[in-house]
Amino acid sequence: MRIELVKRPQQSALFSILSPFLALALTLAAGAVMFFLLGKNPVTALYYFFVDPLLEVWSLHELAVKAAPLILIAVGLSVCFLSKNWNIGAEGQFIIGAVAGSILPVVFPGLQSWIVLPLMLLMGIAGGAAYAAIPAVLKARFNTNEILTSLMLVYVAQLFLDWLVRGPWRNPEGFNFPETRNFHAYAVLPEILPASGRAHWGFVFAMVAALVLWFVLSRTLKGFEVKVIGQSPRAGRFAGFSSGRMVIFAFLVSGALAGLAGISEVSGAIGQLRPSISPGYGFTAIIVAFLGRLNPLGIIAAGLVLALSYLGGEAAQISIGVSDKVARAFQGMLLFFVLACDTLIHYRIRLVRTARMDAKGAQAGHA
Amino acid sequence: MLESVLITIATAATPLLIAAVGELVVERSGVLNLGVEGMMIMGAITGFAVAIVTGSAWIGVLGAILVGAAFALLFGFLTLSLVTNQVATGLALTLFGLGLSGMIGEGFVGRPGVKLGQVDIPFLSDLPHVGRLLFGQDPLFYVSLLLTAGVAYFLFSTRAGLTLRAVGDNHDSAHAQGINVVAVRYLAVMFGGACAGLAGAYLSLVYTPQWVENMTAGRGWIALALVVFASWRPWRVLAGAYLFGGVTIGQLHAQALGVAIPSQLLSALPYLATIAVLVIISRNRRLTMMNTPASLGRPFVPER
Repeated sequence: MRIELVKRPQQSALFSILSPFLALALTLAAGAVMFFLLGKNPVTALYYFFVDPLLEVWSLHELAVKAAPLILIAVGLSVCFLSKNWNIGAEGQFIIGAVAGSILPVVFPGLQSWIVLPLMLLMGIAGGAAYAAIPAVLKARFNTNEILTSLMLVYVAQLFLDWLVRGPWRNPEGFNFPETRNFHAYAVLPEILPASGRAHWGFVFAMVAALVLWFVLSRTLKGFEVKVIGQSPRAGRFAGFSSGRMVIFAFLVSGALAGLAGISEVSGAIGQLRPSISPGYGFTAIIVAFLGRLNPLGIIAAGLVLALSYLGGEAAQISIGVSDKVARAFQGMLLFFVLACDTLIHYRIRLVRTARMDAKGAQAGHA
Repeated sequence: MLESVLITIATAATPLLIAAVGELVVERSGVLNLGVEGMMIMGAITGFAVAIVTGSAWIGVLGAILVGAAFALLFGFLTLSLVTNQVATGLALTLFGLGLSGMIGEGFVGRPGVKLGQVDIPFLSDLPHVGRLLFGQDPLFYVSLLLTAGVAYFLFSTRAGLTLRAVGDNHDSAHAQGINVVAVRYLAVMFGGACAGLAGAYLSLVYTPQWVENMTAGRGWIALALVVFASWRPWRVLAGAYLFGGVTIGQLHAQALGVAIPSQLLSALPYLATIAVLVIISRNRRLTMMNTPASLGRPFVPER
């Protein structure tokens, strides 16, 4: 038996919609098998993973807290991936955004005014965008592979943050813990509904960003340019679009959003800088982007699903004692299934018996 | 003193060399597998766990090679049989490998590992100055050199190597000549996975015989960069790997000597060096274009 792909004359509209759901279903099935192998009841495990976190109001707030950075980063990445710019360093841009945005409350804690928070957000955006500009300029100017440079810069950013919170930015009253001073009240991103839970305005930013980018990508010339350059740089050139400028544009947009995600997370959810401020949001957002089929509206839904997998990991650890590392394995598996199911959009899959591999046999098989 | 520094450089360079030579073969066949980091970390945990359970480091090495190849097979199934995007699938492999290894490794954190012993040849290993360097290192060091020589010979002096390069340079004409493009690529991808698994085992059985989550620390990505740096030539990969081994060990020595530079900045040096090297290499657009396998990363669906 071997697999043969037959190109569809046009994209399958059915599978364009169905494929993410199919991928989710397959991931759940594979997850059930995994839990069974770990010696847990698969039904109970999946319940604690994917249903239990949805039953309490405070828990829904946590979902929004985790979804906010994922959606913000992923909608930015969709611009990159649609234009075939492989920014995989969003984790680093997230960190640098958080650091840049934290300058005011950490270095100038005396500055207490309503202006602090907007400035922090702007500095976070600028920091993320500037950090993303490095691989972008290197690619546009020197043709350097952006996958490798953007990824290397993640490690550099992590080490830089580590140095800051252990060295110059360490809290003078912090008993030598590696963390900065706590942000003062003017520097904290407010909660949306403080009475019921922790969800902060970062989630609103994520929604706005997704809607704006959905509009730009589907209704404006710039969005058209992004897609044309991604699908055929040659056709793009004939239309007068510059792929060099597109590299810069895509990286700046995604870096800015990753930076906004970083400062929102630090200011809204953590309240200070620590050696580690992200459970891999920048990488998980890659999965979110693909699960959302690179469509900002799809990404909202995908971001909620992946946020649920983080919460589910924590819940399952407490209730049935499986490691929260399971969540990471789940997320990787999900991306496999998403990519595999996307094949169905462009191809029909046919199983061919190997014995009919020779030319005549293949003809007979078609008849 | 010099000898021991050179030996530590070799230990830092060997895993990079093994993984990069494997990926070089993959890319020469026209496939870009960005999952090196994921296969490497799976090799590291498999090698470590199997060695502890069986008590034999060699069985651990074997297990790591098999798991690396199995992971590569998964990648091959998706990118070659289902024609998924190679960049995205490679990333998936890395994310999945990092997650799964963390999950498997949880029971092995802090446990003392099994170390792969060093080669000891009577008399030769005791030669002054060069004995340990040439005749007394760990066995995988010699494997890495043989691997490089073998791959160089295979690619440029055998018919099968020519076929593999033909597939990587133009899969359509290779297909027209009757070469089974997909089969060649499956083999290349699995070879690359086996190498990545072996490189991972080197980390957990020789370099630091213990399990630490994410212990590959980006080495899989550096190996990918080395292939570009080496413009897809095996002996240049060796030079690049030792250059990076030198940078890594150099910054460790600087840290140990208490140089007045923050240790985090020194630790960032190998990553910054990778970026610098990539920029220098890729600046010459024509040279890069000439060396890159022309079909690299492009999907192939046989026409019928």
